Amino acid sequence: MSEVSEEIHVSLDTAKELGLLPEEFEKIISILGRTPNFTELSIYSVMWSEHCSYKNSIRWLKTLPREGKHLLAKAGEENAGLVDIGDGLACAFKIESHNHPSAIEPYQGAATGVGGINRDIFTMGARPVAQLNSLRFGNLNNERNKWLLRGVVKGIGDYGNAFGIPTVGGEIYFDDCYTVNPLVNAMSAGIVEAGKTASAISYGKGNPVFIVGSATGRDGIHGATFASGDLHADSHEDLPAVQVGDPFTEKLLLEASLEVIATGAVVGMQDMGAAGIICSTSEMSAKGKHGMVVHLDQVPTRQKGMLPWEILLSESQERMLVVAKKGRETEVQKIFEKWDLNCVLIGEVTETDRLHFYMHGELTADISAESLVLGGGAPVYEREYNEPKYLEKNKKFNQENIAIPGDRKDVAYFLLKNPSIASKKWITTQYDSMVGTVNMTTNEPSDAAVINIKDTDKSLVLTVDCNSRYVYASPEIGAAIAVAEAARNVVCAGGEPLAITNCLNFGNPYNPEVYWQFVNAIKGMGDACKKFDTPVTGGNVSFYNQSSDEGPVFPTPTIGMLGLLKSKKHFMTLYFKEAGDLIYLIGTSQNDISCSEYLYSYHNIKNSPPPYFNLEEEYAVQRAVTKAIQRRLIASAHDVSDGGLFICLAEAGMHRQFGFDINSDEEIRKDAFLFGEAQGRIVVTVKPEQEDTFIDSMLESEAEFVKLGEVTEGEMIVDGESFGDILEAKETYFNAIGNLMQD
Amino acid sequence: MFSNFAHMKFGVVIFPGSNCDEDIIYTLETIMEQEVVRLWHKEHDLKGSDFIVLPGGFSYGDYLRSGAIARFSPVMNEVLEFADKGGFVFGVCNGFQILCESGLLPGALMHNNNRQFICKNIFLKAEHNDSLLTSQCDTKSPLKVPIAHGEGKYFADEKTLQLLNENGQILFRYCDENGNVTDESNPNGSLQNIAGISNQKKNVFGMMPHPERAADEELFNTDGRMIFESIVSTVKV
Repeated sequence: MSEVSEEIHVSLDTAKELGLLPEEFEKIISILGRTPNFTELSIYSVMWSEHCSYKNSIRWLKTLPREGKHLLAKAGEENAGLVDIGDGLACAFKIESHNHPSAIEPYQGAATGVGGINRDIFTMGARPVAQLNSLRFGNLNNERNKWLLRGVVKGIGDYGNAFGIPTVGGEIYFDDCYTVNPLVNAMSAGIVEAGKTASAISYGKGNPVFIVGSATGRDGIHGATFASGDLHADSHEDLPAVQVGDPFTEKLLLEASLEVIATGAVVGMQDMGAAGIICSTSEMSAKGKHGMVVHLDQVPTRQKGMLPWEILLSESQERMLVVAKKGRETEVQKIFEKWDLNCVLIGEVTETDRLHFYMHGELTADISAESLVLGGGAPVYEREYNEPKYLEKNKKFNQENIAIPGDRKDVAYFLLKNPSIASKKWITTQYDSMVGTVNMTTNEPSDAAVINIKDTDKSLVLTVDCNSRYVYASPEIGAAIAVAEAARNVVCAGGEPLAITNCLNFGNPYNPEVYWQFVNAIKGMGDACKKFDTPVTGGNVSFYNQSSDEGPVFPTPTIGMLGLLKSKKHFMTLYFKEAGDLIYLIGTSQNDISCSEYLYSYHNIKNSPPPYFNLEEEYAVQRAVTKAIQRRLIASAHDVSDGGLFICLAEAGMHRQFGFDINSDEEIRKDAFLFGEAQGRIVVTVKPEQEDTFIDSMLESEAEFVKLGEVTEGEMIVDGESFGDILEAKETYFNAIGNLMQD
Repeated sequence: MFSNFAHMKFGVVIFPGSNCDEDIIYTLETIMEQEVVRLWHKEHDLKGSDFIVLPGGFSYGDYLRSGAIARFSPVMNEVLEFADKGGFVFGVCNGFQILCESGLLPGALMHNNNRQFICKNIFLKAEHNDSLLTSQCDTKSPLKVPIAHGEGKYFADEKTLQLLNENGQILFRYCDENGNVTDESNPNGSLQNIAGISNQKKNVFGMMPHPERAADEELFNTDGRMIFESIVSTVKV
């Protein structure tokens, strides 16, 4: 093969510079039966990168429960998970990280994260209906962190708002461990008629292959595996390592894609995210067990003189690969023309199992598709792992050494304005949360986002959750808690948990302590998913979230959960409805302040074991609440999480300005009672006239429950001691982040 | 003062980048039970519509200035002609921006005072009942309707503002939940809390808040439906 990239001599050093290991280079030579040329080596380097191949994680990901009665596509089989929601409909949903791009360029990094995850949904034929996100930043007293937060929020807003899909939920935490490496995880969910989905597959000899959407540029190439400059001509130096998003083109691409899928002229399609054309051509071909001939010079490019490997690896946004049925080319092209988008024939499907890439008639790469992909030739590694040393410090924690503060009102207000606990209104009002007219939680707040499925009696229930402080304290228990909390939120909204998607944000997998966190988090997550019958439908792994100076971020396995509200009459909200309603706690208070925000921030104790958690009890609590909702015995349900019971009660009071009058448990430390974060607890309110029926229903269940007190007109009272009026708490809670951002 | 249509046909213009088109179509078609046709921006035919709607969104991406490109769309020639002849045209959010850009409505919509996109429920109050949009609205009690825009601060020169006031062209002002028009209740810095206006002939209307987002009882707020009821009942009588 004679071609342009032969100018660059390929040796083991070249392979190393591209991020390949020596044994991987040997493996490539043995697969090809010869030394690869530079284009081919580039292809292997991105396809065998962690991002595309999951080589350091797949061994453990496979241990997660990945099957269930509602699943229409298995994890990893399609671009996103696909779950049967009845009425002939399915929900496609997935979460994905865009951490590193956002750390460098927060605005574009976050924006393109939103773009990428939505393409994963509509490439399956599903129309996105809701977006969520999970964000982590360092402390807001730091100017750079404020800059990152502003940029990320504006990036998510500008992209999502223009794209026109509501951003309905999410979570945001602030901790010093994320100062250098913030986390930006974006989730999207879409709806499609079952049986009308498109698949990321290619087959059928002679079928035409189109590239559609934006032109291909040099953006994003550096973002993959290229780090050193001597492989490149100097002209690349000015180009951004981060891709640039264009939500307008994405919106057109959405409409055109759904229109073209509906014609039935499409064999398969896949969006181009990481590793661009090479990833979509190889994954689709490997899945369909066919080959492809592609003429790279036909690809519309933004710059002149792009080399074959640049075209193959470009991560330019808003592009798709479409394999159509032969003879229906015009039909396909007309639709993209209507939407003023490129739709260019670049090749065709072959009966071989090989990918042949040509540039001006010359063969530049000849590779077996199977050899590139996960489940095929991509390497799979077992990494070593050791229990981290810091866990020893956690074990030494003894809460008897922590004095109970005398002024508990002071603690309460300290927590109300803690940015990780306080209202995220400053952020969320910058997102269009109402476009699409499906968001049921705008006017009736609930623990999870509830999305109306028009013309049915159903709604989607969506949440993202992960308290990474717990995962740091114990990866196994912390990850199980993340799943349990997500399920709890779905249940509190009246939904039934169906399935999860996960975004596994960890440090460097070659660090045995980091890998230990990963392995144990997977174990805990799997156990909890089995208990709640919520299989893992896919997601993404993001390693290397760390800086050289400050070490890895907290292990952060973010859980995105899909639930279903089977009847809208069972929609449940989180807020107090009327003074005099009775407040009950389902689950039990524990004498436990371990790992709470109170212990961590107020007492500044950074090492302690995870909070109390019992999977069986948690499950029983959730079942009991579901029953009570379905029997219409409760007026509100809000789970106890960050900040403990006091924050839970205050949040439930704020929406309609009600307070509470409760009594604590004499056997439990007062700070543990009010601010401890023991899991498996839900606060519900009950109408006095329904109390007897409610108690009967609870006695039938296996959950513990206790009456705490009642809803007041506005004053917050614990054991006769006033904590002030709810309006004061509300003002503190709602203005905390805005005030910090103005400073 | 309004035409008596036995049958009302709404034409909703779809620009590339419109994203509230389906929301307003759902409101008109399913909730208000009206006939609706979709008008593609490249077309020159209003398909016999009696009432044209320009929906919200980010027409052409709004990369230059909101609404600045959409006014050059082929279909806008017909919309301008239709409006000139007295036809009803209603722009919501980006639609309002397009109507200002195209000169069908006076004034301009500028960046919100806080320079951020703002999406939240606000309150607005109809100024009078003397228009197609407000005929059924209570001028005393406010309506809760969401806004969602980055450029929604209404601006016009003093003379224009005076004329708007004198001619009853101001349809809605931002207010608090008790109906008081105050600075605190002005979400974006609009002059005189202006949330919606009409042209002098009162056949072209624009508003920044989204009444179609407050029309479905399944979303627990139907305050915006009053505006659609006004439109439908007035023209049907």
